[in-house]
Amino acid sequence: MAYINGIGIVSPQLTVESKGFPTEVMEYTADYLKCIEPAYRNYIDPIQSRRMSRLIKMGIAAAKISMADAGCTMPDAIITGTGLGSVEDTEKILSDITKDEKFLNPTPFIQSTYNTISSQVAIQLKCHNYNSTYVHRTFSFESGLIDSLMQMEEHTASQILVGAIDEMTMNHLQITRRIGQWKMEPVNNLRLLENMTPGALAGEGAAFFVLGKEKNGSAYANLKDVKTCINIKGSFNPNKEISTFLGNNGLDARDIDLLILGNNGDCENDPIYAQFADHYFPGKALAWYKHLCGEYHTATGFGLYAAACILKNRVYPEILHLNKVQPKKFENILIYNHFRNTNHAFLLVQGF
Amino acid sequence: MPKRIFITGYGIISCIGSNIPENLNSLMRSAPGTGPLLHVDTILRDEVLVGEVPKTHQELFELAGVAPVEGYSRNALLGIIAATEASAHGRLGENTGLKTGLISATTVGGMDRCELFYKDFLENDSRNIYIDSYDCADSTEKIAARLGIHDFVTTISTACSSAANAIMLGARLIRNGRLDRALVGGCESLTKFHLNGFNALKILDKEPCKPFDQHRAGINLGEGAAYLVIESEESMLKTRNTPLCELAGWGNACEAYHQTASSPDGEGAFMAMKAALEMSGLKPADIDYINAHGTGTDNNDLSEGRAIERLFGDRIPKVSSTKPFTGHTTSAAGSTEAILSVFCLLYQVIWPNLNFTERISELGFTPVEKLLTGIPVNAVMSNSFGFGGNDTSLIFRKVNASNANNVNNADNADNANNAGNAGNAENIEN
Repeated sequence: MAYINGIGIVSPQLTVESKGFPTEVMEYTADYLKCIEPAYRNYIDPIQSRRMSRLIKMGIAAAKISMADAGCTMPDAIITGTGLGSVEDTEKILSDITKDEKFLNPTPFIQSTYNTISSQVAIQLKCHNYNSTYVHRTFSFESGLIDSLMQMEEHTASQILVGAIDEMTMNHLQITRRIGQWKMEPVNNLRLLENMTPGALAGEGAAFFVLGKEKNGSAYANLKDVKTCINIKGSFNPNKEISTFLGNNGLDARDIDLLILGNNGDCENDPIYAQFADHYFPGKALAWYKHLCGEYHTATGFGLYAAACILKNRVYPEILHLNKVQPKKFENILIYNHFRNTNHAFLLVQGF
Repeated sequence: MPKRIFITGYGIISCIGSNIPENLNSLMRSAPGTGPLLHVDTILRDEVLVGEVPKTHQELFELAGVAPVEGYSRNALLGIIAATEASAHGRLGENTGLKTGLISATTVGGMDRCELFYKDFLENDSRNIYIDSYDCADSTEKIAARLGIHDFVTTISTACSSAANAIMLGARLIRNGRLDRALVGGCESLTKFHLNGFNALKILDKEPCKPFDQHRAGINLGEGAAYLVIESEESMLKTRNTPLCELAGWGNACEAYHQTASSPDGEGAFMAMKAALEMSGLKPADIDYINAHGTGTDNNDLSEGRAIERLFGDRIPKVSSTKPFTGHTTSAAGSTEAILSVFCLLYQVIWPNLNFTERISELGFTPVEKLLTGIPVNAVMSNSFGFGGNDTSLIFRKVNASNANNVNNADNADNANNAGNAGNAENIEN
């Protein structure tokens, strides 16, 4: 377990400006939900930021916001998760080498490596401690959280900066639309569930968390446990996994007050959430968040932010309601995410 | 006492061989595998010397035992080949009820197909299946599916230290109790993408690379895959595996200096090596050999050399870089060199640092120039440093009568001899 002592989040919502979960909701009719970028000069030396691509700037800004929020100046570890890294830089190189292979500028190559953000944050902080990056689709951020929780148990770290970063570009959207990942046309994010069609609403975001062994004065919640389950040839048994996961943490399904689901508007993916909720958590309050940030490999970063805010403020914002049930208590929140019924993940977050 | 972690299986494909015996044989003959680039279509073809696996895509399908269907990158095939060999050797396929994970490392992922079909991605529907295989998780999930590993699966990318970090994470997951055993390592194929990237950074050598040489001129990029089976003592009681050696220590530190350059005094390297040494409980004098990161760039070798001098003082162990043999296999380098280090413990040899002629003037030591045989090698340190200053150091220790405890009848060489003869992939589900 680890306390969530600080959060910094750059997202398509007004999450940088807001103290706590934003009360004003951004409505979009768009191909994908794009981040509202902060004024970077507040976080990065303008001379340095001029050469940085967008995702790196978003990542550094979110990292610095989370550290200021937690009052942390030097983490014992920096860990990031990103499904795709800097798509913008990768495309720049691909486009160059596909045309005439006269690619001479090394900067996009340097920035395209997935560990750029964790190392850039380390450079900014002059932090020589443990540093790693996970790059496994929707397990990327979750793997980073598991690494963090283990470090707490190993007593090798008492404060860890852990982030979830991914970006979308129009070009990448168009390519990945071909394989059915996304809606084929612009949709309204707040009416995402009104017309269930194939494909998700795409998004992006940079979310950083300062996890602590001890809780600070403004701590949000307790990240109790995280579990990833890959479904290979039917290996994923939700009944067994969920009872083991909750049981390992001294809980059963009745103890869960709120289930935060990863619904993304895809008529092929969303029924899995409904079945999961009906089957294992009947009658429970259900929440969702991907209409606010869109779908991306590290979107559970936004989900964890939502859970942390709910537990800290003991307020359940209406924009997150997926059904009409109100949580009876603000004690145990389970976040459940899956990607194409292959990558399933559970995050257990507790109030205090 | 934290759980001890043992290596009980391994598998490798590189430019010096498609399996464990072939790699060992090339090393014993001091025969490097670098040469001209054949399988990547690039204008840099005549500008680079590489450690390319001498197999076509079709030949890799055959080696992997995979039906030649669309959707497999060269990277995934290399990964499947090495992972299958390691899995068979470490008997992962036998159903023991043990919690088994796969932690794989890659940075270029499925870029080898993506760059080939990117134009199609933009313009037509003919190669859509490769859109999904471009990311880093694709090869990992294909390996996991092939071997039926599902208790924990993830992918690490910390550039050239990726596979060392995969080994380290696997060990931590076992110590933590989240797993009993794990298949850990990395895979990386040569691509136009990163050949151009390294070329733009002006750190590629057209000639055979010369690590730790005064006149070193850069890297020979390589490709391949290497995986190790690691497990706890409790797990070994069930698998009946005998250990090849022990993973005695690991350290991860960050330079926090520059995105691609190492600091002049090798602070990150020093910290990673020091942490690994402290964890192992060994003294600097106990390290018999350092398999250095030794890329052959001006910057790395001086920085790493200084860090070694700082840590070991005037008692510097034998040092060599094996990258002149294999090329720099980037994300697979950590596990490739872990296996080469394990060989040293098993066969009591130290690999030469090929192509060395003149000591780096700023350093007081020279690397091993000729193959050393029949010398006691009880502990080896293996360094892997990456862009972004992600530095990781691992220590492997021989298991002998004095430190074996209740480790299964530790006849290391006996187990090593089984490598490569252990048959094909067995599915854990079976």
